[in-house]
Amino acid sequence: MTLTRRHFIGTTAAVAGTLAAPMLGAQTRPRAVVIGGGAGGATAARYIAKDSGGAIDVTLIEPSRSYYTCFFSNLYLGGFRSIDSLAHSYGKLAADNDINVVHDWATGIDRDARTVALAGGGSIPYDRLIIAPGIGFIDDAVPGWSVAAQNAMPHAYKGGSQTEILKARIAAMPEGGTFVMVAPPNPYRCPPGPYERVSMIAHYLREANPTAKIVVADPKEKFSKMALFQEGWNDLYPGMVDWIGSDFGGGNVEVRPDSMEVLIDGEVVKADACNVIPAMKAGQIAHAAALTEGNWAPVVPATMQSRMDENIHILGDAAAQGDMPKSGFAANSQAKVAAMAVRGALTGSRVFPAKFSNTCWSLIDTDNGVKVGASYIATDEKIASVDSFISQTGEAGDLRAATYRESLGWYDAITADMFG
Amino acid sequence: MTGKTCETLSKDGLTRTVRHFFGMNLGAAALVAILAQMAPLAAQETDDALAGGDADRGAELFQECSGCHQIGPGATNRIGPHLNEIFDRQAGSIPGFAYSKSMQRMGDDGLVWAYRNLDAYLENPRALVSRTRMSYRGMADATDRSDVLAFLRAYSAKPSDIPESPPTASDAGHDLDPAILALDGDPEYGEYLSGECITCHSPQGADTGIPSITLWPEDDFVIALHAYKEQLRPHPAMQMVAARLSNEEIAALAAYFASLTPD
Repeated sequence: MTLTRRHFIGTTAAVAGTLAAPMLGAQTRPRAVVIGGGAGGATAARYIAKDSGGAIDVTLIEPSRSYYTCFFSNLYLGGFRSIDSLAHSYGKLAADNDINVVHDWATGIDRDARTVALAGGGSIPYDRLIIAPGIGFIDDAVPGWSVAAQNAMPHAYKGGSQTEILKARIAAMPEGGTFVMVAPPNPYRCPPGPYERVSMIAHYLREANPTAKIVVADPKEKFSKMALFQEGWNDLYPGMVDWIGSDFGGGNVEVRPDSMEVLIDGEVVKADACNVIPAMKAGQIAHAAALTEGNWAPVVPATMQSRMDENIHILGDAAAQGDMPKSGFAANSQAKVAAMAVRGALTGSRVFPAKFSNTCWSLIDTDNGVKVGASYIATDEKIASVDSFISQTGEAGDLRAATYRESLGWYDAITADMFG
Repeated sequence: MTGKTCETLSKDGLTRTVRHFFGMNLGAAALVAILAQMAPLAAQETDDALAGGDADRGAELFQECSGCHQIGPGATNRIGPHLNEIFDRQAGSIPGFAYSKSMQRMGDDGLVWAYRNLDAYLENPRALVSRTRMSYRGMADATDRSDVLAFLRAYSAKPSDIPESPPTASDAGHDLDPAILALDGDPEYGEYLSGECITCHSPQGADTGIPSITLWPEDDFVIALHAYKEQLRPHPAMQMVAARLSNEEIAALAAYFASLTPD
């Protein structure tokens, strides 16, 4: 019977309407369903399937057939990576680990019946559900901007086509033109991300359009790796980057996508290319399933279980867990803890104490990488940071080059850890 | 990071204490002087107290401080400096505030406020800053201090926003056991723990910027991790990872990675 089902679902098409029917009354294995195939979800699906040796029936629901990593997308903007090098398919994950990959949108969760509804129709039952839906944007967070304006002023904060649009807009800037970034308020995905992006765009413009300017309107007073980025901007891209923090009105912004204008503290700046990164919240399904408190979904630190529903685990950017930043590395780390907890609950396998860690690399210029990292434990209240490190200003070129090479190794390793 | 300085001064396992205690740039002489004063502070006791501070209770205890110090939105300097962003702030560094010379000197020497030195300062201000103007006799109870610090910590940078900001809890490493290589590693535990390793180190043994750790002889693996744990090897990410691995955990990891079969 399970063979039939596996054949039936395959790895690509979501024939969801008929999906649930053959399983009723035919279940022999406990079922884990994962919503979202990114750094959290893909890792969780793979670890549950791999480490349970087939004892758990794993389904992964992910609308995209190709996943474009948001991490390293700035390196594409800087010309260090091709867009294709950021794309990953789910075929190997499905084939090697016997995971049912369903390419469809999860539109709702019936927490009493323990089923996930699909946009394509039908539903999938679960014993444990893991949701890793990433981020959504808060409506009207930046006055004048909406998803309807994302072609004129791309957010480029979810991987794929948005990143390509932003690169095209920057390439089309006139000589001496102005690029404006509207940076997000805390908390948001990838704390150093906007500033690595500024560095990568500066790197590109230094060659292609050296008299161009970069203006950053930021609602924050400080940000991760601030001293490292500012040192890099001053030394490597002198006079190009104008960062306007909240002290100088950087949080008082309105955009006019039709005329490509940005009002920063009342002053009109004409943008030749503009990147609006709005305030963020948990991905839609977390809100739809009433798993959120405010913008994010609170979890029990030791297992990543929802505070609202013990049968659901929430991973990565969507989770309110405490001290971990919202990053792919963090989601991958949380996924392994959750996978262990799910296996323990469904098959009685050994459960070890939760450990979490994170490292974020950023590239400032060619062979000039920096990093920040921390380790974490689960307390009753939150995931709490216990140690941290960061690259130092003024480091030697050899060390910066080695740090960049490290990030390349990490990219290969984490994507293999996610997709097999 | 003052890794070398710490090593020479702390053969007794206090390395991590020292790393947290001081900022980045404290000179060796000042370090010795302060270490001497700090000697009565039992590291483990402090760790435990810091791990579980109750910020709500800390807010009540802070009433005792609020005659002189403000904290929160709109806080300004009063008799004492405001305490927003006190964590990671260099001592004596708010422009325009009239600090004691003692406090200014501590700042110049590189004292950056973090859990450990704030805890010491709260316990007995003059033990840390001899002629501080803060006329407060000290808070003797470690739990009280931990609660106040948890309250104060909420008004400084959040690690979720700025990952390099000071930790909010403690997870002290374990002492080195001379019988370490005799331990039998538990490969199943090692497999779980390896999740932290293989986010960066390819289990297939590929080396594309991050070295392979697959199929190492177990003894070499154990020795290398302990060298990171003791900060004899320099890589900061590896030092951090190894710092909180117990002897049993290192043995388990060694056993697991030695058993892998690359594809």
